[in-house]
Amino acid sequence: MRLSLRKLSTSLRLRWTRCLGLAAVGLGFACLCHAQETPLISGGYGLFTNSSKNGTSYLPIAEPLIAAPLGEHILVESRAALVESISPRGGSQGGYDHSFFAGLTYLQGDFLATPHLTVVAGSFLTPFGTYNERLSPAWINNLQDGPLIASLGIMGTGTGLGAQVRGSGLNTPRYNLTYAAYYSTRSGKQQFNADRSFGGQASLYFKPPRVEVGLSYGRLLQGTHENFYGLHVWYEPAGTAFRLRSEFARGHHAQGYWVEADYRTAHFGGLDSWEGRFEPVLRMQQTWRRDTLFRDGLPLVNAQRVDIGLDYNLPHNTRILTSYARQFSATGGSRTWETGIVYRFLTPAWKGRKDQ
Amino acid sequence: MRFERLCVALIAGTAVTMLASPTAAQQAPIAPTVAHTPPSRAPAAQPAHEKSDGERVFEANCSRCHTAPDGFSQGISGTVVLHMRVRASLSARDEQALLRFFNP
Repeated sequence: MRLSLRKLSTSLRLRWTRCLGLAAVGLGFACLCHAQETPLISGGYGLFTNSSKNGTSYLPIAEPLIAAPLGEHILVESRAALVESISPRGGSQGGYDHSFFAGLTYLQGDFLATPHLTVVAGSFLTPFGTYNERLSPAWINNLQDGPLIASLGIMGTGTGLGAQVRGSGLNTPRYNLTYAAYYSTRSGKQQFNADRSFGGQASLYFKPPRVEVGLSYGRLLQGTHENFYGLHVWYEPAGTAFRLRSEFARGHHAQGYWVEADYRTAHFGGLDSWEGRFEPVLRMQQTWRRDTLFRDGLPLVNAQRVDIGLDYNLPHNTRILTSYARQFSATGGSRTWETGIVYRFLTPAWKGRKDQ
Repeated sequence: MRFERLCVALIAGTAVTMLASPTAAQQAPIAPTVAHTPPSRAPAAQPAHEKSDGERVFEANCSRCHTAPDGFSQGISGTVVLHMRVRASLSARDEQALLRFFNP
């Protein structure tokens, strides 16, 4: 959440009308092209609270996503974020300050060129590590906050503006090799802010043991050219409701890792029982500062943090998130209590032929 | 003022979503397979059964990141699969298997 706000505040401010206008253009285009499949609207609504020694902040958020196929080989998709931040003024002042952000997270066109190659053009999420592309939506993340190293390798804004190729390079019954490579140009456009950079990712998923190992690389091509390296390992034992995710990232000025384990208590009556809907979460992370010349979003001193959470998966795609975080560093520690409720929606944009 | 606008937008969005969503009665006959989508993370207590290719694709790709939705309209199953093909870098073969899983 903290990362999302930072990204939004720096680059993704956009007026309501533009968001709606772009969505309307996309939908209209899909209509004109007589898409075979009905476009979908998905995403999540959430209300989060964050309590620390400075008081309690409130963060209502909406993250709508639209995906509209144009024929069998083209998909246009976009995600937006609307966030209201209501936080105490602090000090001797009473009351609350609030700020509102609305912006496009990405807007891209996908062309399915071959069975193993998809060409992406537009504004896309930077493929580095796992958090930015896979875990950042509010309805997916197990904890309200992203990892401390989530800002490493995603080139500032978390989005690139240019082109990307991706797909499954090799897929056998035993493993699946996926890849992504991109080039982004520099853009100062408020809604499509991006740095000139290139990079890529390769990930190997071993199917029987359910282990995924991936490598990421990114290079910033403006200002001081910098390299970013990433490694992630995920493990999900078969026949269990346990997941272990870990990631390491190294940048020019800082590096760090996070390890997260979560377990759905499905052993007690199944996933749909009231006991089986609990989901304890534990995330441990550590960052090391190599120098303090650059603000890359990581703590300015070496830091360790542990998050202990307990989520509850209600019926009808609703989820309650609660967590306690303790952070340690040379400049002092901090404690944070976080709670939230998220509703995930997935619906047709309109009544399609198959629904009639 | 902005907060009020956001609240209004959230309420309007929820209303549109609810209106656009098929009712339970509508959804049940058109998305029987999706409504019976196997749990995203199979609990150990459940009896083992023969898994289809599509189910394996679902478990190996989609549910590694997120839980399965409670259900969705069959009208968007193709779009969901297309979206997952890009997001999860599925091959065309896996895409077809996943589509068959949603629409047997």
